[in-house]
Amino acid sequence: MNQQPICELAELAAAVPDGAVLVVAQDNCGVSMAATRELVRRGVRGLHLVCVPISGLQAEILIGAGAVATLETSAITLGEFGPAHRFIDALRKGRIRMLDATCPAIHAALQAGQKGLPFIPLRGLIESDLLASRPDWKVIDNPFSPGDPIAVLPAINPDIALFHAPLADRAGNVYIGRRRELLTMAHASKQTFVTVEAISEQNLFDDAKLAPGVVPAIYVSRIAVAKQGAWPVGLPEHYGADDAAISRYVHSAKTEEGFRRYLDEWLNVEEVTA
Amino acid sequence: MNLDYSRAELLVAVIARLLEGCRHVTVGASSPIPGAAALLRRDLTQGAMRVTILGSNRYNAYTNGGVETFDMAAQGRIDAFFLGGGQIDGQGNINLVGTGRYPASDVRWPGSFGSAYLYYLVPKVILFREEHTRRVLVPKVDFISSPGVSAPGVYRPGGPYGLLTGLAWFSFDKQKQRFRLESVHPGHSVEEIRDQTGFEFDCPDEVPFTSAPEPAILTLIRGRIRNEIAETYPRFASTFAN
Repeated sequence: MNQQPICELAELAAAVPDGAVLVVAQDNCGVSMAATRELVRRGVRGLHLVCVPISGLQAEILIGAGAVATLETSAITLGEFGPAHRFIDALRKGRIRMLDATCPAIHAALQAGQKGLPFIPLRGLIESDLLASRPDWKVIDNPFSPGDPIAVLPAINPDIALFHAPLADRAGNVYIGRRRELLTMAHASKQTFVTVEAISEQNLFDDAKLAPGVVPAIYVSRIAVAKQGAWPVGLPEHYGADDAAISRYVHSAKTEEGFRRYLDEWLNVEEVTA
Repeated sequence: MNLDYSRAELLVAVIARLLEGCRHVTVGASSPIPGAAALLRRDLTQGAMRVTILGSNRYNAYTNGGVETFDMAAQGRIDAFFLGGGQIDGQGNINLVGTGRYPASDVRWPGSFGSAYLYYLVPKVILFREEHTRRVLVPKVDFISSPGVSAPGVYRPGGPYGLLTGLAWFSFDKQKQRFRLESVHPGHSVEEIRDQTGFEFDCPDEVPFTSAPEPAILTLIRGRIRNEIAETYPRFASTFAN
């Protein structure tokens, strides 16, 4: 029997097992920093983190907290705020297995996952060190037009997709608007966990304008309300990033001790009031 | 040498000239100067040239998520794109990953983003890096995020069109697999370019200065373009123009 999707944030985080393949989106799509904080609080370990197709503060904090065993991404960037110190430090110390990718490769591998295909071909990549560094990626000859080498990538089928969205309804439908990679993530993953700004009492499919931007409840396992749940990252069209908070993070995270102090403080914030 | 325009204004004007003839230009993340240049070209064509700026809401009409950029590129719907790199070498190879032995790099950069795909597929890739030093322009990159040229038989409609830095503009010759110095920005010299470039390049006997932006172009940059780019890059917009 299907469970009711709406739950407490701590319950959502507790349902992410150690060692899970967890897929998350980039900052302009909706990043659940609220759930990230709960994951760090409960001390999740051994995650295989897949970033669609890049990540910022979310991956940086999970890596710094020791939650990540394998990182699959096309970039980790905090943009103009400066370097992702904990990501860089973890690589230098060999604490994470790094799977460097390129953005369309992650999109394509998830698309293979959503179609139930074992692999998908992709242009580009040939003769790059990126390809050479990925033993799981191969080059085959185009079976329809021999003499045309093409890269093939295994499908990605994450255990859990996690993101933050503006709105859900009681049935478990989630509004994502035009951030379609979130839909692909949900399709490709075994379960989808979402934090939202608010719950609508009306079924989202009753509104013809919202319906095309909805992840249907059939894909969604858990939803928790987290107001300002992307903070200090922004949620496009709702609120911007908290530049001061991110700057302070980057400054603190230069050293492991500084990062720990920031983390203690962050974990002890009761309610975010950005 | 006193110039009545900033370096950023010169680079915007130069890139806008390089985009002549394009139907659709896409600008990647963290690229305010290429973004401003694409918007300038768009204005000069009365909107006939389309511009997509990733990270913008107003200049991004994609409805199929992040993958749409890459699908468009694969179908030849993007004529020009911009790539940079922590290292760029004389064969046009670019490194966005790091220096030293991968993966425990001495210096680690964010990562390859879409380069290992778009560099192969977009016909006019303009390499853009303001810093022009031997640290960036190296004989051989430590990690090839994406190669400048491909072996015969590899599907490669795209590749490097040229390299624009804060000091000069080089074109790229795909047959010779080399850059050619085309112009030096006002206030700089060929000797300076040689001193600051870590790879060999072709150099004609006479190298002209890069043409300064015309007064009408500067007026556009300081007015309409500054306002347009502010939607995506507010801090850049408040500082880049004279």
